[in-house]
Amino acid sequence: MPQLIKHGQVIEDSWQVIRTIEEGEGLPDGKVIVPLSYWQAHREALLARGNVAVWLASDEQPSAIADDLPHLPLVAIDFPVMTDGRGFSSGRALREHYNYKGEVRAIGQFIRDQLYHLSRCGFDAYALETSDPHKALASLNDFSDAYQASVTQPVPFFRRRAG
Amino acid sequence: MYIYDEFDQRLIDERVAQFRGQVERYLAGELTEAQFLPLRLQNGLYVQRLAPMLRVAIPYGTLNARQLRKLAEVSRRYDKGYGHISTRQNMQFNWPQLEEVPDILAELASVQLHAIQTSGNCIRNTTADEFSGVAKDEVEDARPYCEIIRQWSTFHPEFAFLPRKFKIAVCGSEADRAVIHAHDIGIEVVRNDAGETGFKILVGGGLGRTPIIGEVVCEFLPRKHLLTYLEAIVRVYNQLGRRDNKFRARIKILVRAMGIEAFRERVEAEWAFLKDGPSTLTEEAIEHAKSFFQPPAYETLDEAAEAAALNATMESSPAFARWVRHNTAEHKQPGYRIVVLSLKQTGFAPGDITAEQMEAVADLAERYGFGELRTTHHQNMVLPDVRQRDLHAVWGVLSDLGLATPNIGHLTDIICCPGGDYCSLANAKSIPVAEAIQRRFDDFDYLYDLGPIDLNISGCMNACGHHHVGNIGILGVDKKGAEFYQVSLGGNPGKDGSLGQILGPSFSQADVPEVISKILETYVEHRNEEETFLDTFRRIGLDPFKERVYAAAH
Ligand code: SF4
Repeated sequence: MPQLIKHGQVIEDSWQVIRTIEEGEGLPDGKVIVPLSYWQAHREALLARGNVAVWLASDEQPSAIADDLPHLPLVAIDFPVMTDGRGFSSGRALREHYNYKGEVRAIGQFIRDQLYHLSRCGFDAYALETSDPHKALASLNDFSDAYQASVTQPVPFFRRRAG
Repeated sequence: MYIYDEFDQRLIDERVAQFRGQVERYLAGELTEAQFLPLRLQNGLYVQRLAPMLRVAIPYGTLNARQLRKLAEVSRRYDKGYGHISTRQNMQFNWPQLEEVPDILAELASVQLHAIQTSGNCIRNTTADEFSGVAKDEVEDARPYCEIIRQWSTFHPEFAFLPRKFKIAVCGSEADRAVIHAHDIGIEVVRNDAGETGFKILVGGGLGRTPIIGEVVCEFLPRKHLLTYLEAIVRVYNQLGRRDNKFRARIKILVRAMGIEAFRERVEAEWAFLKDGPSTLTEEAIEHAKSFFQPPAYETLDEAAEAAALNATMESSPAFARWVRHNTAEHKQPGYRIVVLSLKQTGFAPGDITAEQMEAVADLAERYGFGELRTTHHQNMVLPDVRQRDLHAVWGVLSDLGLATPNIGHLTDIICCPGGDYCSLANAKSIPVAEAIQRRFDDFDYLYDLGPIDLNISGCMNACGHHHVGNIGILGVDKKGAEFYQVSLGGNPGKDGSLGQILGPSFSQADVPEVISKILETYVEHRNEEETFLDTFRRIGLDPFKERVYAAAH
């Protein structure tokens, strides 16, 4: 099974990302993360099937699944290239606008040097493409604190600065 | 000025460690070129024509003597003994070695300097009026708000990978010395009728390939909402800004495509989530920021007596008088003046400063001031607090250093990007053009008679030399592989900002001084008494200039 960084640890990943799926093609068994369009087209069937989650492309907004969030144990956000930063806003929107409590997972082409920022934007799981996820864990702690409010520290530093 | 506490220091130390690790991984082949690129850019490191270029942040153009000495030391030890002040008030080194950059950053961190977000598609170093805190026409000091923005934008987790670079400028005075309407976000500190401080927020300005003057997105933002409102703007941009085409990716393109009304609605909708939330500024936070920018221990001086003494000295020394008139500005404290150091001596690249000059200037700042200095978007430096009675001594030292060319605000105080001599993006050289113009117009009486003129030169469309907002703008273009120069007229960097209009077909490098000469002659012939170049241009338009410049030689 592929490995995943979740909650600061390397674990076995039981979810499978379905990048593309043809109409009429069946889903594999087990836990699947399907594209938004597929979810929208087959919502009822997928809910009945269970073990299903959705991934959002970088140009798809969390508002598209706002009403579905209570049914989704996991939302994945894709980074088609590491420099496409839209996913950072999507992570925050899931947590801060929609108060989503499930897993928010980064998938795609991000690199370990982005883990710290991703975690502050509400991500808690990272399907990092690397041969050594254990080494990458260190990047989650590149910084010990930060100035701004974020998902992990909702109080900005200026409110915490002993004055 | 702002002084780091343990927290601020810890963050920049952690940044140095992070970047050191990234460089090691890159050199070990664990990071690809494409992966390393955005990481090094966020630490101000470019790969240029001849060597890497490291851009050190001078937050809102404020630094102290100790920091300037460190920059001198770095330039000597890791570079070729000089630095370059950019049009965004930062200092650039053109010759560092990649392997040594982590050490340079560690050196800089020891004096609370860094190169964070001086490049890359993130929120860049915030720029400000170089006379903040000392200008006579000031509504309120912009620096505390700049510092608040600096902290908010530093390592902002959501905005490190925007569609494109993002520049914020703040001004707090009547005259706009920060070119706020040519920034992604321009902020003007204002007071409402009730006397409360707030901000007028402009959005979508910018130069480059598609120059656009910013539009007002918010007439009056109460100051406590500063960060939540900025966050809403940048979030909308992060989500909706184009990423398919680098040349269409700045926020100005988004604002133009949506229209300012729709853009504002979208921002307000996003702001609704953030407004009054934890990032709302507290009075304590604002007071804390302000506490670093309190007036220094000025002496109580009698303006009239000081002015009389200064006038007497000026009368006995015409060269000194000329310098006082052109290179110093009114100070809000009686008996003091603001001194502008001209980094525009003919024969030296505009904005360049040597290690020796930096050290001498640092000494001056301590001896004749409170140890503080400024860098300007005009690529000069400023001693903000000089007693009028010390001006003569300061002038003497600056003259010996070659930093007293009395041309501030005049034709030869040229804004000039590094251009083809250094920059790999350039279409043409810009430094030799500046020099040729400075050589041609070396008669100060003529320059003064012409009055204030901004002449700005960029080596390519990226417009680092702000050519669009120069009264006279010069742009390097590539014409079938040869370097040519396009001239535009009527740009204005001030509050009623305007973009220059292109004069016509471009010129060879050798022809540029003659073209400028004809433009100036046309102005002199048409001007009414006391009318500036810009006013004359606005009255008579482009045609008379065009006719003169392109008239067949006979
Ligand atoms: S304007 Fe062009 S040539 Fe000049 S510094 Fe900028 S990118 Fe380089």
